[in-house]
Amino acid sequence: MTARVGVVTFPGSLDDGDAARAVRIAGAEAVRLWHGDADLHGVDAVVLPGGFSYGDYLRCGAIARFAPVMEAIIAAARDGLPVLGICNGFQILCEAHLLPGALTRNQHLHFRNRDQVLRVESAGTAWTNTFQPGQEILIPVKNGEGCYVADPRTLDELEAEGRVVARYVGGNPNGSQRDIAAITNAAGNVVGIMPHPEHAVEALTGPSLDGLGFFTSVLKHLTGVPA
Amino acid sequence: MTVHGEGDLMTTPPAPEAAGRTPVRAGGFGPDTVDGAAATPEELQPYVELGLRDDEYDRIRQILGRRPTHSELAMYSIMWSEHCSYKSSKVHLRQFGEKAPPSDRLLAGIGENAGVVRVSDELAVTFKVESHNHPSFVEPYQGAATGVGGIVRDILAMGARPVAVMDPLRFGAADHPDTARVLPGVVAGVGGYGNCLGLPNIGGEVVFDPCYQGNPLVNALCVGVLPVDRLQNKAAAGVGNVVVLMGAKTGRDGIGGVSVLASATFDEGSEQRRPSVQVGDPFMEKLLIEACLELYDAQLVVGIQDLGGAGLTCALTETAAAAGTGMRVWLERVPLREPSMEPHEILASESQERMLLVVEPEKLEAVLKTAEKWGVWATAIGEVTPAQPDGQPGRLVITWRDHLVVDVPPGSLVDDGPVYARPMREPADLILLQADRAETLPRPATPEALRETVLRMIASPNLCDKTWVTEQYDRYVLGNTVLAQPEDSGVIRIDERTGLGVALSVDGNGRYARLDPYQGTKLALAEAYRNVAVTGAKPIAVTNCLNFGSPEDPGVMWQFAEAVRGLADGCAELGIPVTGGNVSFYNQTGAAAIHPTPVVGVLGVLDDVAERVPMGFAPRAGTDHDLIFLLGETRLELSGSEWAWVTHGHLGGVPPRVDLAGEQVLADLLAEAARVGHLSSAHDLSDGGLAQVLVESCLRRGVGARIALPEAFTGGSMPFVYLFSESSGRVLVSVPRGHEKAFTALCGERGVPWAAIGVTDPAGGALEVQGQFRIGLDELLTAFTSTLPRLFGGAADATVPGAPAPTPVAPVGDAPAHHAEPSAGAGVAGSASTAAPVVPEAAEVPVAVEPAAAPVVAAPEGVEQADVSQAGPQAPGVTVGPQVGFGPEVGSPVVQAEASDADELGAGQPDADQFDGGGPEDGTPAPPAQH
Repeated sequence: MTARVGVVTFPGSLDDGDAARAVRIAGAEAVRLWHGDADLHGVDAVVLPGGFSYGDYLRCGAIARFAPVMEAIIAAARDGLPVLGICNGFQILCEAHLLPGALTRNQHLHFRNRDQVLRVESAGTAWTNTFQPGQEILIPVKNGEGCYVADPRTLDELEAEGRVVARYVGGNPNGSQRDIAAITNAAGNVVGIMPHPEHAVEALTGPSLDGLGFFTSVLKHLTGVPA
Repeated sequence: MTVHGEGDLMTTPPAPEAAGRTPVRAGGFGPDTVDGAAATPEELQPYVELGLRDDEYDRIRQILGRRPTHSELAMYSIMWSEHCSYKSSKVHLRQFGEKAPPSDRLLAGIGENAGVVRVSDELAVTFKVESHNHPSFVEPYQGAATGVGGIVRDILAMGARPVAVMDPLRFGAADHPDTARVLPGVVAGVGGYGNCLGLPNIGGEVVFDPCYQGNPLVNALCVGVLPVDRLQNKAAAGVGNVVVLMGAKTGRDGIGGVSVLASATFDEGSEQRRPSVQVGDPFMEKLLIEACLELYDAQLVVGIQDLGGAGLTCALTETAAAAGTGMRVWLERVPLREPSMEPHEILASESQERMLLVVEPEKLEAVLKTAEKWGVWATAIGEVTPAQPDGQPGRLVITWRDHLVVDVPPGSLVDDGPVYARPMREPADLILLQADRAETLPRPATPEALRETVLRMIASPNLCDKTWVTEQYDRYVLGNTVLAQPEDSGVIRIDERTGLGVALSVDGNGRYARLDPYQGTKLALAEAYRNVAVTGAKPIAVTNCLNFGSPEDPGVMWQFAEAVRGLADGCAELGIPVTGGNVSFYNQTGAAAIHPTPVVGVLGVLDDVAERVPMGFAPRAGTDHDLIFLLGETRLELSGSEWAWVTHGHLGGVPPRVDLAGEQVLADLLAEAARVGHLSSAHDLSDGGLAQVLVESCLRRGVGARIALPEAFTGGSMPFVYLFSESSGRVLVSVPRGHEKAFTALCGERGVPWAAIGVTDPAGGALEVQGQFRIGLDELLTAFTSTLPRLFGGAADATVPGAPAPTPVAPVGDAPAHHAEPSAGAGVAGSASTAAPVVPEAAEVPVAVEPAAAPVVAAPEGVEQADVSQAGPQAPGVTVGPQVGFGPEVGSPVVQAEASDADELGAGQPDADQFDGGGPEDGTPAPPAQH
């Protein structure tokens, strides 16, 4: 049975097509979900893609969090549905309180797009189980508001519980605290990542194929066997 | 949630014609009506302030048989402005059609919102470049952002999904204080809008020259893809069809000059300044794109037109004129941001993110539903009416709250505008300028001097690394970017199934065009064509943005005519059509025009993007390496070169020779070589010559090279000539071992001159020119990458990734394999003040010149940008020292008004802002005043 991975389109989502392509390349069926529809159509996992949902008005992700589809996703995530938030998706997960902390304006105040080395710190999540802990990967980063911040106690907790999923290596592109690029919730099914694994799934268009591991991981998580 | 506009949707078709009109006395408390105008023929109207000439105004009265109402006057003044009517350029632009080579690919050409070319049986591509120069000077962020938004809507209006943008940008001197204001804003605006729209930015230009100090050139290109059968048109066909305005609400932004009408009508001395630069909302545009594409696919629209310059006026008149129908519009139905707006303001507003649709009545509900789904406003504001009983085209009739404010033949605004054959005269200084050849300048002739020159040139603002700019743009979104900046062309996959793709490049060289506008334009065309060809793509179509000074200056008009002639002739020689373009006049500060700057975009097709050739030398395992060949002929051609400018502040002589037949042969060779796998890399030679290309090819993926100069270029300053000459028609390629025999045989067969000049050196970590210098890649990288961060900030951001990809894969999109820490203050641009030993060269010296006697000019930084061309006539061959300073306008430049860029400014009025008293409150420089 092919796993079905939902990809949500909010008004202003931009990388939804790319996330769906990555899901297909990984070997799953991509199911497009619409922000106004609370029905998850029985998907096995969900990707919240990058972009500028609702124009980033108010705060990045602050409006998307209230979309009908998010009510269903929040409930399902609490029951263990694997959810990956990429960039704007990460921002939405923080606004929805599925993940702690917040993403703020890049420290240098510029949008920045570059190929970024990350170190995978935790291979224990639904979205990173095909990586080795400590493995360095190269995927694009592109954001204007990707500076991860949280209070020191939360950061210490994340570190202590092994919930920092990936860190920036060889330069921090946005000023994130403790070079954090990705985190997970306590159960390991919800992951937020600022760089874009969906842009590193084809040799022709990406800087590497390293992004594919996030999507094959969730299939392994769902089926119990490597994709 | 703010994104839904259900409450604002008008779900009923337009009501029948409202009964009765109330004539309102002009100058009274109501709009100026048609009846009022007929009754008050003697009323004085501010047509001069609106940019209309006496004879133009008389002609309007003749057309209407009465004086125009205020709304009509506003409409004519906008539509007959330089920008909308092309009144000065029309007589020249005809050549693009007359000289066009036959093409079976062209589905829509000049006169449409954008040209459309067929690239396969199923797919077509549309692309166009436009200027947004002046607004970007007044308000860099919004000016640039709305420039992107405008061109994207042009592409959308053709039925295409926009898939990428590019941005040719030109600024004043890199170290001028005002450039530090304009450039970061423009770059943030281009990125802010394009990134939020989800369009990858795949290339462009960043050029600095003092001639653009008060007139930055912000050109924007967009490319879109459509199924051949989804092509849309703008004709408002079908009597009884509904006219729908979709997108953002209409506000007072961009109405600039017509605010004079409000003052005139109501005599309010305190009429507030209206913002004349539009404000963009990319989120709204993203929704508009998705909504339009859904409407196209469901075949719900008969006609569509974007609202750009001249806003509703242009959209209503053009759609009606294109169909020969009439149109009835109820202006009060237009959703307004500010309810107090008057009819002429609504008609002139350039509020962004709006489209005009023509819809069959029975499909209106489905259209409104689609708009609602995407959260954009859609409002039925009118209907299509029949042609006149006598067969004449119909009339455009507009009421506002039951007042008849407009009753005009739409064609009179669109097609019957004034056309001028302006006087032309070759600029008086041109002969002297051309005689002052850069080939006579002192040239470096020692290895030490050459090494220093290489490092200084790659750090100069026009040649240095542009990552500071381009990393503010998303190049990955949509997942189809195969090549992006700094590659020679952007390459986009447009069909994931077959790998079909397009390559695009935009190029221009204002210095070449200044020295010879005809050849300079052909050179720009040749460069863009070659940039597309080096990727392995086949060039098929051309777009252009012609940036010039005032057409009222006969010298500028001559430059313009020569440039158009050059482009038309060049396209005919290359056998590819001009599919559309844009003219921007009045780019000047006071009496000084910018260099004539034709920017040429070329589109190519790649049957399979997997075969594209990148610019960088390829990493190889062990001791393996590729062989490096230079294709084309290198001549002593330094006039107009980057070297002459950077080192000597010199502009003179004639630009390099251009050979378009040779370019065509070269392009064919490259396509064939790419197809059979002969090429590891290919990189076009242009500004900065071979030295620049070697450095870029090495640094792209961190692969060194060892070069041996051909025999003919050894000794004296000949190595310098080989490395820095800007001869056209040349490409540097690297060829895998084992392919060289077949490759050179192919070159011989095609008659392309070639020279084996060295090998790549993947493990060497340096660029070595034997007998001359060896420079480590780290040192090159530091010189190459430090300049923009030093000038515009970011050097303190010491967070540049330093490691190459841990898991390198096959050549991919845009992965610099090498980074370095920009070291603050370590730029070597300043080392010009310690310029290398130079020796005069005896060759190529014009008569009566004693180059040895010429002063050895070592241009210190800060004065190296002086524009000799502004210094007046000079004796041939005399090297003129740098001219210091940029005039007193620093900080408060006064700009010559523009009419042709006027849509960008607002209502299309050249002198719009002179009625507004002081400058903008935010302290930005005063907008234009025309004299």
